[in-house]
Amino acid sequence: MAAYMIFVARRFAQLLLVVFLGISATFFITHMTPVDPVTESVTAITNFGKSDPEAIELMRKTLTELYGLEGNLFEQYVTFWSRLVRGDFGPSLSAFPTPVSQIIFRALPWTVGLMISATLISFTIGNTLGALAGYYRKSRILKIISLGLIGLQPIPYYVLAFILLILFGFVWPVLPITGGYEMNADLNLSFALVLDIIRHSILPAMALVLVGAGSWLTGMRALTSNIVTEDYVTFAELGGVGSTRILRSYVVRNAMVPQLTGLAMSLGAIFNGTVITEIVFGYPGIGTLLINAVHAGDYSLVLGLASLSIIGVAIAVFLIDILSPLLDPRIKAE
Amino acid sequence: MFTIVRDLIRYNIEFAVGFAILLLLIGAVILSFFSPYPAADIYVVAPDMPPDAEFWLGTTSRGQDNFWQLMIALRNTLAFGLGVAFLSRILSLVVGLTAGYAGGRVDRVLMAINDSVMVIPHFPILVLFYFVLKDDMNWLMLVLILSALGWSYDARLIRSIAMSLRTRPFTTQSVYSGMSMRKILVEEHLPYVMPIVFATTMNNMIWSIGMEITLSVLGFTDVDTPTMGQMIYWANSHSALISGIWWWVAAPVVAIIVLFIGLFLLSMSMNEYIDPRSRLNRMGS
Amino acid sequence: MQTEALLRSPDIVVEPTLTVERLKAYYTTKAFGIDRDIRAVDDISLTVAKGEVYGVAGESSSGKTSLIKTIVGAIRPPLHVVGGTVRFNFGGQTYDIYDLKPDELQAIRWRHLSYIMQGSMNVLNPVRRIKHSFYDFAFPHMGLGRATFWDRVRDHLRKLDLDPGVLDSYPHQLSGGMRQRTTIALATVCTPEFIVADEPTTALDVIVQRDVLTMLRDIQRDLGSSFLFVTHDMSVHATVSDRVGIVYAGRLVEEADTPTLFRSARHPYTQHLVASLPKIGDTTRRASLSGRPPSLADPPPGCRFHPRCPLAMDVCSKEVPPLVSIAPRHRVACFAVTGAPS
Repeated sequence: MAAYMIFVARRFAQLLLVVFLGISATFFITHMTPVDPVTESVTAITNFGKSDPEAIELMRKTLTELYGLEGNLFEQYVTFWSRLVRGDFGPSLSAFPTPVSQIIFRALPWTVGLMISATLISFTIGNTLGALAGYYRKSRILKIISLGLIGLQPIPYYVLAFILLILFGFVWPVLPITGGYEMNADLNLSFALVLDIIRHSILPAMALVLVGAGSWLTGMRALTSNIVTEDYVTFAELGGVGSTRILRSYVVRNAMVPQLTGLAMSLGAIFNGTVITEIVFGYPGIGTLLINAVHAGDYSLVLGLASLSIIGVAIAVFLIDILSPLLDPRIKAE
Repeated sequence: MFTIVRDLIRYNIEFAVGFAILLLLIGAVILSFFSPYPAADIYVVAPDMPPDAEFWLGTTSRGQDNFWQLMIALRNTLAFGLGVAFLSRILSLVVGLTAGYAGGRVDRVLMAINDSVMVIPHFPILVLFYFVLKDDMNWLMLVLILSALGWSYDARLIRSIAMSLRTRPFTTQSVYSGMSMRKILVEEHLPYVMPIVFATTMNNMIWSIGMEITLSVLGFTDVDTPTMGQMIYWANSHSALISGIWWWVAAPVVAIIVLFIGLFLLSMSMNEYIDPRSRLNRMGS
Repeated sequence: MQTEALLRSPDIVVEPTLTVERLKAYYTTKAFGIDRDIRAVDDISLTVAKGEVYGVAGESSSGKTSLIKTIVGAIRPPLHVVGGTVRFNFGGQTYDIYDLKPDELQAIRWRHLSYIMQGSMNVLNPVRRIKHSFYDFAFPHMGLGRATFWDRVRDHLRKLDLDPGVLDSYPHQLSGGMRQRTTIALATVCTPEFIVADEPTTALDVIVQRDVLTMLRDIQRDLGSSFLFVTHDMSVHATVSDRVGIVYAGRLVEEADTPTLFRSARHPYTQHLVASLPKIGDTTRRASLSGRPPSLADPPPGCRFHPRCPLAMDVCSKEVPPLVSIAPRHRVACFAVTGAPS
């Protein structure tokens, strides 16, 4: 147990390092921008009427403080971190003066919901089919399904999402192709609303699942066909253990360890996929928010979203990492 | 080398198809240099013409010949993928071989950086770069940025091979005969990892071209260098699908899918060639 | 053992527990257009009587492992059976291994026919506790209630001097010897009539080897099971096997009762194997056999031993010597012993 705690502590240190490096990179990249958020805000606000120079000067001072842009780069960096640990990313520029954190937390559930459900579905489908295809190597149906899914795998998220959009939006318009819910929907929690949200999530989730399942399938099939030759599987076959039991408790159980590690590694990529899918289907998550923020030049919102995505993915990776020793008794604290 | 390619074509259907697609692409690249129109010029032909004998793939709403646009876009996209692959391979080789050979603290530091790069979501970072660079975000800049992001996974792979190479007797012998570390890595270990480097090149190209397409489609790159993504971007911005100019969208989408399937088949068959275990599995089926 | 007496008495005909007839199994590989047959089991016939310990000896890559894999029906491509039959006789009923349906084969496994693998790290599922293996392997075959089943398993472990606590361990927590003894306990918990042991002592150190051999001998005495005991180690055969068959390059070259084989082997290869054993007090150098075992993909024509044989004649490189009885329960395949064909 003590060994496990040391392991968790080391992984936690790695988590902090990833977050620190990632967010620092984000900070320095954004501070190289030619865009001056203060000038932009002032222009945005003063567009509607003339103000006297003294008031504008006061506004500049206030805004500079709000955006944490006082002093040199290092002082700004310190300010940035001290605000970040309190969850404060300053006010949004495009939706001034709504705090960035508030905007993000409104969009977050959509992305998290889409990402988690799509990941779970593609992980389950891909691994189940991969294990079956690796174990029953002669089945023709499994071969055809695998080939189909593997063929989809290299297609970029955008192109696949785009093809789905054409298929279900123009060729056979059965599903809503944009948005997270109906425009004029009653947003009080009701069965109809849940159904509506699920209907809207089918296409974006399908794009993610179709691309994701193929890569799980390939990995699992390769693992399975290697594990099948291991002594413990041969031994179990000689022991007259039923083939479903061998597949479940011997093959899949052993393949799950590397597959879960793979899940941790691919989370970053899954996140990229969600962002792109959201944009194609106009899904109201943080991907759409990010693109709109870039187009609007919303400095603090971009910074906040990038930081948050790094923190989110890093935490997910950390959780999966510390779970894997529980699955494989051989992984000790290292 | 030639006999390997010949054997693979004869006995490995995936490689044969992938190789045929590769030849097709090389043909397109050569063809692109004979384009009658400069790539960036617009309204050189009648706009919105459907495919016919004169314009094989029709013309676009911007008055460009769709076929020649596609050839040039293919060339640029391929050059982009190769550029990223080349630079990131160098990075992953340096990091992987050094970490695997040196071990100890060097290894731990390099791998901590490596793992951090591996899990950071690339897309927000790329968007961030566009946000900062705006119009300075050109083709070369994107190659550099993607190279800096796309080396970590393969560096880990190379490291694991380098670690096993370190324990082989020939490495010990090289050390005792006074070879420098750089010399051992370049002359002794590099040849062992080259096949892996080639196989990962394909996967890396699939990744970087996919990223480029996505960024272009969103308008987050230099819009004046025609690439596969740019074609879709311009088609979308002229609402090509809604106004029925389907060939403008279909040409790049089909070309992208063919390109990706070709790269994917090549990478799959190369992996199989490197890993005899998967060859054995093939025999078993 | 008493079986010998039984077999010799003319009025009781006991059907052998295992009958292998003209068994052939090849590895067929197709890589990059080149087809190759590796004749790992080439025309082998043998029988194992009830209660007998039949030893199979031979160098590594002589086809021993392929032979027993084929006998227990554990073959996987590219290895496949080309010809011959494998029949078991359990309680008067005959089971033809390559004629059974998969579920029938599954039903006789462990109940009647069990297997001890070479002691390696990976014989037991590494990610589950050992009790799960006992449950998966033995429970469906025993037809007992859960409580009775676990009592039986614990009794069995205690009888073999194993602490029932191993059930709650993971395989990697046990030492190599403990793991092998646990595997043997697992293989014998259903009191099978036939046990195949593939190099059960090879990966173990000498002290543990002795423990394991003693354990196997005790089990054989208690259960009266037949054993097919495979090892390259002739001294192990001298201690455990009733009868030994020598395999060379996929063929059976000599077969005799253990005392006969060690005292008066006839095949030059067997003679060499026996002569290479160390004897107490003997300080002369052991002659080593020149050359290497032949490649099974491209074996020499005729007798496969002839390139290394001190007695080789012209005919040896042209014709395959048949396995001939030269005395009761003693068969040899060598022209130098049986005389060249006219």
